[in-house]
Amino acid sequence: MLIKDGIPTKEDLAAVLPSEERLAKGPVAITECFQNIACNPCVAACPQHAISMEPDINATPKVDPDKCIGCRLCVKACPGLAIFVVDMSRPEDKALVTIPFEFLPVPQKGQLVCGLNRAGEEQGWFKVTQAVSGGKKNMTWMLTLEVPKELAMEVRNIKVGGYRDGE
Amino acid sequence: MIRDVEVLVIGGGPAGLCAAQAAAGAGAHVLILERDDVPGGQLVKQTHKFFGSERQYAGDRGIFIGQMLVEEMTNHPNVEIMTDTTVLGIYEDGVVTALKDEQHLKFRPKKIIVATGAAEKFLTFPNNDLPGIYGAGAVQTLMNVGGVKPADKVIMVGAGNIGLIVSYQMLQAGVDVVCVVEAAPNIGGFLVHASKLRRAGVPICTGWTVKEAYGDGKLEGVVLCRLDEKWQPIEGTEIKVACDTLCLAVGLTPLAELCWQAGCHMEFIRELSGHVPVTDENLMTSVEGIYAAGDVSGIEEASSAMVEGRLAGYAVAVSLGYDVERAQKEVEAARAELVELRSGPMGGKIRAGLAKVAEKRGGASC
Repeated sequence: MLIKDGIPTKEDLAAVLPSEERLAKGPVAITECFQNIACNPCVAACPQHAISMEPDINATPKVDPDKCIGCRLCVKACPGLAIFVVDMSRPEDKALVTIPFEFLPVPQKGQLVCGLNRAGEEQGWFKVTQAVSGGKKNMTWMLTLEVPKELAMEVRNIKVGGYRDGE
Repeated sequence: MIRDVEVLVIGGGPAGLCAAQAAAGAGAHVLILERDDVPGGQLVKQTHKFFGSERQYAGDRGIFIGQMLVEEMTNHPNVEIMTDTTVLGIYEDGVVTALKDEQHLKFRPKKIIVATGAAEKFLTFPNNDLPGIYGAGAVQTLMNVGGVKPADKVIMVGAGNIGLIVSYQMLQAGVDVVCVVEAAPNIGGFLVHASKLRRAGVPICTGWTVKEAYGDGKLEGVVLCRLDEKWQPIEGTEIKVACDTLCLAVGLTPLAELCWQAGCHMEFIRELSGHVPVTDENLMTSVEGIYAAGDVSGIEEASSAMVEGRLAGYAVAVSLGYDVERAQKEVEAARAELVELRSGPMGGKIRAGLAKVAEKRGGASC
């Protein structure tokens, strides 16, 4: 249970996951933010005005999946590193998952990294398709990983270091 | 020689810097006295992004917020910052004494804003004096200010925001964080911080505590045990865990000695984590002209401390007659911001504490 061990439950996640139809259409932000805390940088970060917080700053964010284009600006803006972008639209069996990352070394595009789930358990080795810096001031990296579609809602972190060069 | 000062801010942390920014911005002359060799308070080691709203610089890392505020105050023509300066006392004739470079300094301020912050609490258990047992603040200073890796293998005690954040920062520094133990049945800090740690593989063990530490001349490990609903150790649940460092993040308590000494009306308010000065809606204590802002008047997030500083700074500007109309509007805006920051479920404790303060004062809550 989230409040006991930090791992969101299936029920927690069900409340924030976009529909399968929306997921199949293209990248979309998923806010794994389940607690009413006074925080709203994600709302200001979204150029599509797709993230709302009602009635006030203490509410949890709500993503309008029809407005969200999966641009990932909220991923780096979130102080809690709680926003991920998932793209299930590719025809093959691979999905793209973008995670925030704040460790060194940062893996490079093309390298293979060991993916972890929300409990920190290893999920396999996945290719980094993009590694984008959040900039000098923000300092959060956005890593996009290519994972099997069935793991798109599992992989949420990577093991630091030990990266392998891709084939 | 006694130096006349218009506004004296005691403490150059988030509350003190924002108080100075507000008061000086309205036109007052401000002197900040800071005990440390650099201003910024705890902001100098906050490498994480802050929460809150844009007005409290949310999304920016604490260290950059500190640098920005310090730079602005250092370059402000109305502000002077004296570092390495420890305030010793506030006397009944209004004179404030301080120690700097072995010199005993005296000031006569028109207004005082006490923004002295907080101190860490400690935990009692056998062998808690072994080298290797630290407060989380010290670990954070070693790591983020000194650039020293503070441990190889650490156990964190406390799953409040400080325990969770410092654990994460230790991971970033390459420390093996064995686990976070929390005596309470639930995680007290922001759950997003907890999830960040958990998905990096760090277990968070609620309902556990440290029974004792062991080691020959330095810490070699600890005995952890489970607690029942009455916070009593459950016999037979003890486990020995090896570690070279134990980090304690078991709460803060207001550093309010100067308010005591100045004769402010003080009350013990459990929800505010200790003895605090009773303040009014302008954050003025019971002593005319002495204000208190930030953790000294109740433990809260840094974002609230910054807003409280701003509130006190503008309130002082109003009372001195500077830019009164705008300053008064800013006072009201700051009050509204505090209400908003404290209005969620996480603000329940602080709201209860402030209601008690208002009761002790015999007035309406801020």
